Amino acid sequence: MIKIEKLSKTFHTADGSVEALKNVSLDIADGDIFGIIGMSGAGKSTLVRCINLLERPDEGSVTIDGVDLGSLSKKQLREVRRKVTMIFQGFHLLMQRNCLKNVCFPLELAGYSRADAQKRAKELLETVGLSDKANAYPSQLSGGQQQRVAIARALATDPKVLLCDEATSALDPNTTNSILELIQEINQKTGITVIVITHQMSVVEKVCRHVAILDGGEVAEQGDVTEVFSHPHSEAAKRLVYPESDAPDVSDVSGRLLRVVFNGAQAANEPIIARMASERGIAASIVYASTKSIGGKAYGQMILGLPDNENVITAAIGYLSETKGIIVEEVTGID
Amino acid sequence: MIDFFNELFAPDKVDEAWMIIQNQFPTAIWETVYVTILSTLFAVIIGLPLGVLLVTGEKNGILPIPSWLMQTLNVIINLLRSVPFLILMIMVFPLTRAIVGTVVGTEATVVPLVIAAFPFVARLTESSLREVNPNLIEMAQSMGASPVQIIIKVMIPESVPSLLSNATIAITTVLGYSAMSGILGGGGLGKIAINYGYYRYKDLIMIAAVILLIVLVQLFQTVGTRLAVRSDKRLK
Ligand SMILES: Nc1ncnc2c1ncn2[C@@H]1O[C@H](COP(=O)(O)OP(=O)(O)OP(=O)(O)O)[C@@H](O)[C@H]1O
Ligand SMILES: [Mg+2]
Repeated sequence: MIKIEKLSKTFHTADGSVEALKNVSLDIADGDIFGIIGMSGAGKSTLVRCINLLERPDEGSVTIDGVDLGSLSKKQLREVRRKVTMIFQGFHLLMQRNCLKNVCFPLELAGYSRADAQKRAKELLETVGLSDKANAYPSQLSGGQQQRVAIARALATDPKVLLCDEATSALDPNTTNSILELIQEINQKTGITVIVITHQMSVVEKVCRHVAILDGGEVAEQGDVTEVFSHPHSEAAKRLVYPESDAPDVSDVSGRLLRVVFNGAQAANEPIIARMASERGIAASIVYASTKSIGGKAYGQMILGLPDNENVITAAIGYLSETKGIIVEEVTGID
Repeated sequence: MIDFFNELFAPDKVDEAWMIIQNQFPTAIWETVYVTILSTLFAVIIGLPLGVLLVTGEKNGILPIPSWLMQTLNVIINLLRSVPFLILMIMVFPLTRAIVGTVVGTEATVVPLVIAAFPFVARLTESSLREVNPNLIEMAQSMGASPVQIIIKVMIPESVPSLLSNATIAITTVLGYSAMSGILGGGGLGKIAINYGYYRYKDLIMIAAVILLIVLVQLFQTVGTRLAVRSDKRLK
């Protein structure tokens, strides 16, 4: 159990001070995959660096399994850090060591013998699917492979908590997925608690069970991922779920508009609009769509353009409303 | 011009020069190489840890030392670095005598060479270590590395290529100093160039000695650069 209580951190720089964290409190259960999402500058990295005390908070405490990290000596803290390890956006592999030796690194720090360290490192490279790259240097690997080596390294000392700071942000979507799957798999196998820092909704949706939305150094909202993403309350959450830049421009659409809100409809991948066209002969144009599939259910909204005909509008509303989890209303514009 | 060359390469002069080259150069080359390598080695032994301290000892470094100590170190290094080598050599004569027993000869020049070179090595080390990606240091900290472990397992190994190319700069500089020391009693090629060329107007000998010095610098530089490139695993 990780208990973050009333964490505050202010940076003082030449251009004034920045309140990076304001009174942040979070409880993270053992074995959870917990997402911390927020825009750039929201304080995510600062928060995660406070969790292993790479950054000293000005106020508040971080307690892991009942131990207040702030009360530990430097030496004790180093012991704790073997159990709370980290992977990074930039992988941070030692460039002058090969993959095997990179994985050995934390084991060497912990005082393992060379033979023991290499044995364990080989097992770990196997876990992440890179046994054949043991003797390759990081510069010879792709980004995804480098992150796998970094994951193997982070797991070397059998940690209880894995902190991932934007671990997939430098990777393409496919590689991101495979890394996330690996993290999920490791979480299921070992019961390690994972804290995933990201600015990407898709990452949280894919792997996290719980999420906290960080905005301007404060927790704007937290809870179950499905809950938070389907019913965003805070401004920050809404901004993430319906990104502003996607806001539709309907000024030049002739005819009438319907807003279709997907609130957990089972129709995740069903082309409901196409079905409406073939079954009822109603041709609707999709003016705007921002829907997401979370756990096989659709969330989000769509704006449909329809001809200016009362009968068609009524029929469309009737047809769409039949599906559970869909709410339809006529709108004149978009707020 | 042609007269100049005819005079320079007059058969009797060439014969004489060739005699001297055969008799004296092997020892001189050996002395120069030996003094250069030995002095650089001592300079590295003192300068490398000092360079590490210059980086890690900073206020927000991984092993901060009191700022007055840091400032003192910096002042000493800057002072030593700004004294011209020949003057430094004279200034340390008492120390040289105390350590070696004499101020002339090959061994004696090792003392001023080390004193001139270690602050230089410290600065070069400092600049190499500053090139290490700070994220790697943070990574090591996040895995529970102690400051000493960070120095030994991250900072130094990660900057080996840069340290090697800086060591090459150091060794060629020391070579230059050692040649210069010939004017104040040092041995080696510098002494020959000055004794024959400057004091006895035997230009051919001087030219030969200078060419050999150039060849030595080239040699050190080539070997050093190659080692540095080879050691760098980022490039392959
Ligand atoms: N060492 C520091 N010194 C001064 N200001 C800092 C420092 N670290 C972070 N900040 C400031 O604190 C705020 C939060 O930074 P942080 O790195 O935690 O954001 P983030 O959410 O991780 O952003 P990103 O998604 O861009 O990584 C920013 O305004 C940043 O400028
Ligand atoms: Mg960040």
